[in-house]
Amino acid sequence: MKVMPGFAQQGVAENDSELLSVTDKKRLLREMLYARRFEERCYEAYVERKIGGFLHLYSGEEACAHGVLEAARIGHDYVMTSYRDHIHAIKCGSDPRAVMAELFGKEGGTCKGRGGSMHIFDVAHRFMGGYALVGGPFPLAVGIAKGLKMKGGDEISICFLGDAANNQGTFHESLNMAKIWDLPVLYVCENNLYGIGTRIDRSTAVQDQYKRAAAYDIPAVQVDGQDVEVVYAAAKKAIEHVRSGNGPYFLELMTYRYRGHSMSDSNAYRSKDEESKWLKRDPIHILRNRLIDSRDLTLSEFKEMDKAIIEEIENEVIGFAEQSPEPRVEDLEKYVLAENDPYVHGGVN
Amino acid sequence: MSQMMYWEALRRAHDEELGNDPLVIVMGEDIGVAGGTYKATQGLYDKYGAERVIDTPISENGYTGLGIGASFVGVKPIIEIMSVNFAWLATDQIVNTAAKVRYMSGGQLTAPIVIRSPGGTAHQLGAQHSARMEKVFMGIAGLRVVTPSNPKQAYGLLKSAVRCADPVFINEHELMYNMKGEVPDEEFFHPLEGSEVVRQGRDITLFGYNISVHWCLQAAEVLSREHGIEAEVVDLYALSPLDREGIKASVARTHKAIIAEEAEAPVGVGAEVMAIFNEECFFELDAPPVRVSAANVPIPYNHKLEKAAIPSAKDVIAAALSLFPGKH
Repeated sequence: MKVMPGFAQQGVAENDSELLSVTDKKRLLREMLYARRFEERCYEAYVERKIGGFLHLYSGEEACAHGVLEAARIGHDYVMTSYRDHIHAIKCGSDPRAVMAELFGKEGGTCKGRGGSMHIFDVAHRFMGGYALVGGPFPLAVGIAKGLKMKGGDEISICFLGDAANNQGTFHESLNMAKIWDLPVLYVCENNLYGIGTRIDRSTAVQDQYKRAAAYDIPAVQVDGQDVEVVYAAAKKAIEHVRSGNGPYFLELMTYRYRGHSMSDSNAYRSKDEESKWLKRDPIHILRNRLIDSRDLTLSEFKEMDKAIIEEIENEVIGFAEQSPEPRVEDLEKYVLAENDPYVHGGVN
Repeated sequence: MSQMMYWEALRRAHDEELGNDPLVIVMGEDIGVAGGTYKATQGLYDKYGAERVIDTPISENGYTGLGIGASFVGVKPIIEIMSVNFAWLATDQIVNTAAKVRYMSGGQLTAPIVIRSPGGTAHQLGAQHSARMEKVFMGIAGLRVVTPSNPKQAYGLLKSAVRCADPVFINEHELMYNMKGEVPDEEFFHPLEGSEVVRQGRDITLFGYNISVHWCLQAAEVLSREHGIEAEVVDLYALSPLDREGIKASVARTHKAIIAEEAEAPVGVGAEVMAIFNEECFFELDAPPVRVSAANVPIPYNHKLEKAAIPSAKDVIAAALSLFPGKH
């Protein structure tokens, strides 16, 4: 099984529009570091029992969401993903304080404490949700694309899901529909090599996921998901394809999650050797080292940035989540159905 | 008022809603070029085009999810699932997404879709084409379930379901598409909640919905003519939420009750209505209420066995008479 990708020639920038400026790279470095620290702080809050339920962390996969969404039009394009959703929401523009408050189950959360970690929604920023049925978002994303095509704008639908979701029927049903109706949807497969605790070669006949899109005649590439510049360049091409009305596109990003599938997972199914190999290809370190090599950043600047992020998360984000009120029990049945819908009781004739 | 068939009433509602709003779409298997298995969309493909009257692949969960996703950006999809037996495949998207998205997003996002599907036992279609699923969907918070018993309801409930902000499941019946009835000539929106007293009577209430309303009406005629029992018939066209007040009010008038359903008894519409009797009007009852339900079996192919599995007006009459000792 291919546990270490070697994609040197794929996904690299072919023209200037696929290159990131130094300013953008430094901002992305900060965003990815922020994402890492946010998720690690979630881990602590979970251990402290401030966060309940299931918690799926994104540490190790930061270059995927950041590279793709950097190439998208934030707040314009529609984005959805699975239950590993905090960082996608934040990159789409969600207030990290509201995301953390949601994890704390508070009224100040993105979903007023009704959703939780697996169901972050921020419709104002066009983050259309985190969904907890593996493969569930595939058809929803095609549906959004259908609506966008009908309305005639240039927005696109972007759907992030893991490799294991591709073994659900919805994968095949959705790619088929996306293609027959040429809908503007970009599928981003974050291939972290494991479906819960089962390694991809034990669950999946074809391990290169991009090859499966060929069954639906959808263009697809596989690139290194640990290098944000590579992801950005590949996503630029993919998004240009979709936005120009050429129909769906499938982008496979080879990546790795550092934590278990969720917090209830001891990672016993992976070898230390495999983990350490991937840790050497950390997406934050790759970008940091590149910026240091090009003399656009010093190690001490990086450390300062890290320290400031940790403090900001502690003071602003955790502080906000702690202080946000609990939802009122009197509001338990709110949001089940629309309130005062005129068509429910007649009276519109 | 004009007379039209149930399918014609559905077709008219589709046509008007497609005409009213360019973001209304219809989708399902064979509903476009072929005009729909039960003709509910006949001619609409030619009138509104392939982008809005969409022949889907045979991918029930996929195209239902597609409809839900489209509804997130303002589209109003009417999804036809050719048989409710196939809707089992779409329960993931209906239950896990459509019904829950408003709640789990804290009210930010809703899925205002309509799903129409015939559920019921027709003529020897066998176990996998004869199921009734209303009991499943009516137990799901966040989903409305209505079930028209006549062309007027078929028209008016579909119209309201398209306009309503909630996901609505419309339970139809294979045997009812050719039923004739009066439908108002002017545009009409039927309420999605409530119940309707379709026959007045002082002695007993026969509760039914969809096809069982007709068994109840037939039974009421026989009970009146042959036994001098005047039955009130209540049409529970809204299965979720059920009309607790309407149920209670009728029982308070007649003090006896039968609930008739085509589905098997366990965890069903009858069970739920019985619970409402208990919770709302137990002391109004003069006799224990009775459920008339199907045998608890997969529906058999053999015609005689199939008939034996499904209740009829005769069973409603027998159940009613059991509450009047000395009348039979």
